[in-house]
Amino acid sequence: MENRLRVLRAERSWSQQDLAERLEVSRQSVNAIETGKYDPSLPLAFRIAELFDLPIEEIFVSPARRSSKAI
Amino acid sequence: MVMKTEAWKRYNARTIWVSLAYAVFLIGAVFGFKHHLFAGPVRYVVAVLPALPIIGLFVAMGRYLVEEQDEYVRMLMVRQTLWASGFALSAATIWGFLQNFDLIGPVDGYWIVVVWYFGLGIGSVANKLSLGDGGC
Repeated sequence: MENRLRVLRAERSWSQQDLAERLEVSRQSVNAIETGKYDPSLPLAFRIAELFDLPIEEIFVSPARRSSKAI
Repeated sequence: MVMKTEAWKRYNARTIWVSLAYAVFLIGAVFGFKHHLFAGPVRYVVAVLPALPIIGLFVAMGRYLVEEQDEYVRMLMVRQTLWASGFALSAATIWGFLQNFDLIGPVDGYWIVVVWYFGLGIGSVANKLSLGDGGC
């Protein structure tokens, strides 16, 4: 799933490891989510949103909305 | 190996313990049968003893999947176990038919465990190719 995680992380000058430690997941998890290879569960998505103090939809791009924009 | 989570460390510890138990039970059973130390129904119990730690390996894997808190790492291992199960079941099926038509001889059933663990390796390669992470 497309997302703004890398941008949000960069704005805070956090490394993937920094973010991983804050989320209590592995660095590999952060990398997989950032690159869109893995879609986080709803609980993890909420943890990410709460960490950045943003609504989930401002971090993760809805696939449905993305495809409708493309049309 | 992706990372050493706490759950993974516990899995490794359990694996070491059941492997030690396997060595003890197997050596004891082989020694006992070789020297005719057992008779009657006890022989069945002793013969099954080495199988119990092997079953323990699967229990350890199950516990790991339950205890792993990192959902991405857990998913990698689930994918590996699916590959392993599919590979082992396919190998057993193919072997069964080859044996059925007298093209190859019988093999002791416990070798399927070795095939299953080999399948874990295949799953790791599949993870690496598709996700860039090999898994545990």
